[in-house]
Amino acid sequence: MAEVKVFHGRPVIPGNISAPALVTHTGFNTLASFQKALLAKNADAVCSDQNNAELFNKKMAGTALCLPQTIGSTTGGLVIHTACDMGANPACMLFSKQIDSLAAAGVVMADVWSKNRIIAVDGLGDDFLNYVKDGMNITVSDDGTVTVEA
Amino acid sequence: MAMKLTSQEQEILDGKQGKTLQKVMRTLVRYGELFGADRLIDVKGSGHLVTSFGISLMTATFDVMQELIDAGLKTQQPFTVDPRPIDNKNVPSGVIQKIVASIMYGKQKEYESQLKALGLKDDNAFTCACYLPQVGNTPGKGDVLSWAESSAVVYANSVLGARCNRNSAFIDLFGSILGKVPYFGLLTDEGRKATWVIDVRCTEKPEAQILGSAIGLKVVEDVPYIKGLDKYLHSLDDSSRAYLKDMGAAAASNGAVGLYHVENITPEAVDQGESLIAEGYKIYVIDDAELERVKKSYPVMWKDENAKPALAFIGCPHLTLAQLTEWTEKIEESLKISGNKKVVVNTVLCSAPDVIAEFKEKPEYSRLIATGAKLTYICPLMYMNNPKCKTMPVITCSNKLRTYTCAKYGTEDDILNQITKGGE
Repeated sequence: MAEVKVFHGRPVIPGNISAPALVTHTGFNTLASFQKALLAKNADAVCSDQNNAELFNKKMAGTALCLPQTIGSTTGGLVIHTACDMGANPACMLFSKQIDSLAAAGVVMADVWSKNRIIAVDGLGDDFLNYVKDGMNITVSDDGTVTVEA
Repeated sequence: MAMKLTSQEQEILDGKQGKTLQKVMRTLVRYGELFGADRLIDVKGSGHLVTSFGISLMTATFDVMQELIDAGLKTQQPFTVDPRPIDNKNVPSGVIQKIVASIMYGKQKEYESQLKALGLKDDNAFTCACYLPQVGNTPGKGDVLSWAESSAVVYANSVLGARCNRNSAFIDLFGSILGKVPYFGLLTDEGRKATWVIDVRCTEKPEAQILGSAIGLKVVEDVPYIKGLDKYLHSLDDSSRAYLKDMGAAAASNGAVGLYHVENITPEAVDQGESLIAEGYKIYVIDDAELERVKKSYPVMWKDENAKPALAFIGCPHLTLAQLTEWTEKIEESLKISGNKKVVVNTVLCSAPDVIAEFKEKPEYSRLIATGAKLTYICPLMYMNNPKCKTMPVITCSNKLRTYTCAKYGTEDDILNQITKGGE
């Protein structure tokens, strides 16, 4: 039987969803990661951040992206909003720390201005990021509960 | 935490001044509440926007801009914006490259029309270094800003002592339309306290772009208080400002630094000293070996690591007037030593349109052009976004450009050596 661990965070953009985990332990550089996919209209959103060995060349669309925070260019929010509009966004973004200002702008923009929102939970803690691995099944509930199935 | 709004702000949030302005307010309020902002505060000064490029696929952006225009909204003061993406006259490009760029940035003209409709300052307002005196969007100490562009925000906060969060695209515009931003983070005294002390113990003045990179990679989004750099910078003169511009841009792009303090140099560090350091701070010692380790960690993304460079970009962020003069002199001197009359690698220096205009009035302009180097107003990052540039062996002394593209990083001396002597 699969091992199950439950974590609790703050529902930034509440919602219910299940998706496979995609994990980065270093800051997620939003522009560098999505740049190639958005320019090439790649719906899989294959990560183009050469500095992120954990994510480089991996498909991001439809995943439960587990990250500490985002970093890099202040176009970050626009990039998330554009990815949502193109349907190339991760299914959800799960932050171990408090959400940063760029990611917050992106998920709020998508929620207020776009038809396609992205579920986001923050403050899940270091234990969450230490435990979760690529491909684990993640279930997010609208109260901020995140269930990780190994 | 719910924000306390004035009656006028609440009216806007309730939609009494139109649905679009309601969405603008809702975005800012929800954004601020995520960070515990208890109110909105007034912006002082002009805005600066990060989104300057009309990439055809950005339909969501164009739609939002048009909705704002259709609702009759405009920024309260004229704003500046990041650099334009294309300059076929001054930046070497093949025919196919030019065609691809014209398709990729096919909405540039329409997008610039949207920017103008929303309050763009003028046709020269395209630069990432809007705070340079020639451009004129230079905030004062304590001014609250609604800016984006990571390198501009970190400069305004750190070197000018203004107050601005690391806002994203759209938040910059919405704050400039409302003339208000949520009060949290780097706008507050508490948010400006340093949680890291950076102890610089190098044997010579560290390369700004590597020092900034090392700091950004280590502290990520935190505020560092940098000790040991004042013995190289001495005071906040033009040269130090240019150094801090480049260091900050590297820290902001390699991490997410929005503010740093440099002991005895930056305004708040001069005024408040070590009282800016928060309890429980962490320490990061940077010496020569650490800078070398960081530099060696940069991946080389060229197909052939030993390829001959085809192009060199200098000036990301845009160069100051003094930096343009310095580069002119350095290139001339190095060419003399090498015996070459012209640069041996296509070399492009980037600066703000208003700075270029002033530089063209100086004798150094014709001297720079005589070396074979070119001068442009574009953002090299946007040039490198062109898929046809991905295979080009481009070199740069910008850590920001290295981070976002396939360009290979070299120190300023490395780049000078490459462009004047072919690396010999």
